[in-house]
Amino acid sequence: MDLIRMKNVKKTYKNGTTALYDLTLNIQKGEFVFVIGRTGCGKSTLVKTLYREEKPDSGSINVGGIEVTKLRNGKIYKLRRKIGVVFQDFKLLPKLTVYENVAFALEIFGMPKEEIHEKVVKVLDLVGLKGKARNYPTELSGGEQQRVAIARAIVNGPKLLICDEPTGNLDEGMSMEIMKVLEEINKMGTTIIMVTHDVDIVDKLKKRVILLDTGRILKDYPEGTYTREVA
Amino acid sequence: MKSLRIIGRNIRDSFKGVFRNFSLSLASISCITITLIVVAIAMTLSYNVDNFAQNVEQDVTIVAFLNVDITKEQTDDVLEKIQNIDGIESYVYKSKMDVGKEWMESSEVFKNIMSGWNEETSPLQPTFQIKVKNIDDIGDIAKKIEKIDLVDSVKYGEGMVEQLVSVFDLVRKICIGIVIALIVVTAFLITNTIKITIFSRRKEIDIMRLVGASNINIKIPFVFEGLILGFLGSIIPIIITIFGYSSLYKNFDGKVFSSFIELIKPTPFIYITSLTLVLIGMVVGMFGSWAAVRKHLKI
Repeated sequence: MDLIRMKNVKKTYKNGTTALYDLTLNIQKGEFVFVIGRTGCGKSTLVKTLYREEKPDSGSINVGGIEVTKLRNGKIYKLRRKIGVVFQDFKLLPKLTVYENVAFALEIFGMPKEEIHEKVVKVLDLVGLKGKARNYPTELSGGEQQRVAIARAIVNGPKLLICDEPTGNLDEGMSMEIMKVLEEINKMGTTIIMVTHDVDIVDKLKKRVILLDTGRILKDYPEGTYTREVA
Repeated sequence: MKSLRIIGRNIRDSFKGVFRNFSLSLASISCITITLIVVAIAMTLSYNVDNFAQNVEQDVTIVAFLNVDITKEQTDDVLEKIQNIDGIESYVYKSKMDVGKEWMESSEVFKNIMSGWNEETSPLQPTFQIKVKNIDDIGDIAKKIEKIDLVDSVKYGEGMVEQLVSVFDLVRKICIGIVIALIVVTAFLITNTIKITIFSRRKEIDIMRLVGASNINIKIPFVFEGLILGFLGSIIPIIITIFGYSSLYKNFDGKVFSSFIELIKPTPFIYITSLTLVLIGMVVGMFGSWAAVRKHLKI
């Protein structure tokens, strides 16, 4: 079953740059998809339209049954609660501890404290940061900070996890750690879309790969068919 | 239960917000404090000017001089006619001897001259001293009294009273204008300061949005934080108002320059002013935060 259906999506920015041309794309539940391409090819715009950070000019987007393009500004939170997002720069709140950063995403729903505690401990265990709950983000390495961000993104049990260059700021070792965590999450049933520049990772993992070029899908490699040579 | 938890979280976050961003909070609080002090001073001044104007206006009296040889019955007749005129607040009758006594008390010379006079021989005129309800009607009322038989003449400081009234009217309007302008400036200043502090926290707002906080969910802690800032900012101005004005009043013994200008009594004035200050602080703080956050919630 399709989790994401994008049909004829077009997006032009105010400065005249067209980021997406007539883009049509379906992604099934449970898939792990890489989105690659040169800088400025529209990778980030593509994922931003999925969590409604950007609004396409035309076309339709359906994410897990929500018509994203018809969503009013005041209702965006309903979509965001079904999606987790991870960024290159982690976007953690420096004045909150690791535990508080993750719990933050649950507190806004008014969840009881005990339930929050249970879920946060569980997810910190999953990303391998059980012992760092009381630390502040600045006391952690880049890889650890990104794992906190991933924990925050999945603590609410989203159907879809969007990763926008999650390894962009990390060295190779740390990047592979992050990928292990993401694969683990994917195995548990969460659909993952990951935008990346890092062809090494894409090459190693052998997942479905979408190659974008100037706002169009140049090639859609099914799982296991992408190698650096064919690209 | 769920909404209670959310409200509880919002209040907790508001307090956290104030203390975790203490230097920024301090900037907002100082701004509120300083502007509210200016508002408090302006309010004190304008209330006192208004009070002074009212006192002066209340003191303005029409003096109706009666014929020298008026009889008791005729006096009663005049009084009845005066009572029938609309707009009269009060009146005092002063007989020849009363008037004489006042003169004699004012100077030794008069005392020597007048001490021999009696009800028959005194050349002084008995008077009615009349106060009016509304100072604007004083001219009309004076004319009506003058037309009554056996009223010899009427005096109320013609010309000067009208001038005084119009000057006070102007001063009062200027004072109200200044206070309103100051409140508007305060609102603007506080709103801008809070906008700057919130601008520096837009990352927090972005992340809240990202993890699925609804717009109201995001706004409430900030609005409540604005309310706290407004409240904290009004503390010093209130202390200054309460203790400052009380000691000022005590120091001057309630009067400035001469017994002519009386200050307003500290109670309940200082409490009303304090309440106004804290309300201005909180409302403006809330509004400032609300306006500032709103800007960051649009896509």
